Amino acid sequence: MLGIAVGIAAWGLITGVAMGKSGMPMPLMLLMSFIVFAGSAQLAVLPLMASGAPLWVVWATALCVNLRFVIFSAQWRPYLIGYPLGARLRWAYITADLSYVMFMRRFPEPVPAPEQPPYFWGGALTNWVAWQVPSLIGILFAEAVPVHWGFGFAGTLALLGLAMALLSDKSTAVAAAVAGCAAVAAYALPLKLNIVVAIAAAVAVGLLMDHVGKAHAAKPHVDSEEIK
Amino acid sequence: MHSWEGWIAVIGLTLLTLVTRGFFFLSKRELPMPRGMNQALRYAPLAALAAVVVPEVVMTQGQLIDHWQDARIFGAVAGGLYFWWRRGILGTILAGMAVMLPLRLGLGW
Repeated sequence: MLGIAVGIAAWGLITGVAMGKSGMPMPLMLLMSFIVFAGSAQLAVLPLMASGAPLWVVWATALCVNLRFVIFSAQWRPYLIGYPLGARLRWAYITADLSYVMFMRRFPEPVPAPEQPPYFWGGALTNWVAWQVPSLIGILFAEAVPVHWGFGFAGTLALLGLAMALLSDKSTAVAAAVAGCAAVAAYALPLKLNIVVAIAAAVAVGLLMDHVGKAHAAKPHVDSEEIK
Repeated sequence: MHSWEGWIAVIGLTLLTLVTRGFFFLSKRELPMPRGMNQALRYAPLAALAAVVVPEVVMTQGQLIDHWQDARIFGAVAGGLYFWWRRGILGTILAGMAVMLPLRLGLGW
């Protein structure tokens, strides 16, 4: 747990510094840290907000980065659906990637149990504090870090690691390459629309590759033998 | 971005986080998983991250960089190699910064 908390703290510090350097007013930065509480989405939208992207592009980007949580939420459902709405809302606010991974490892059977909420809240609150304290330190001391050091690059590296964690096979790798190239090629578009273009292109290529892969698999085996 | 837009952006981001994290358990009703959604969900987060990361590494002021002496490229490669080797995000950040900072501060790349 200590190693995980150190990782969370570093990530929080980087996000805090990125917020501190974004030029947002201080109360807004504090509000963002406390109520949004989604590191990768925050890091992804900060450059967009700083460059004046329209709200819908900011939200669309955050939505795409957050889509993995939709998959997690389907797994959470059998454990949580018996609790009142308020409890489920609190759970939704605070559950991030690590709380999900740790909980599912500890309780692989999808049945509710009385020991689950204490286990979850212990981990989730530790995670929350390990994130918020460095995030606030980052916001408050961002000005002390010289701009030309390029500390913002740490945030880019964090997103790079997260993106690589999502690479699982050839089609995800191709989709990521398409997204990267499209984002650069379409960079001149106004309103940061290059991000939207890149996501659309990558999802289209990914779905196409799934489709072609299935069509190949459906062909009789002799076909591929004859081609050789 | 106007100042009021910042506040609306943050409130919207909060709602987005809540709704995505609780998508399938906030409502008591059974929501069917739309067809094809599973697959799109496989690509969209990765695509959004790649679309943010790649321009941050290879572009300066809206232009593709045209020389290889850029500290960010070496930093990103070092971070990428570390992740490929050990799969840890903290190490990726440290490895990337350990390569990027000396090149930038020492050589001015």
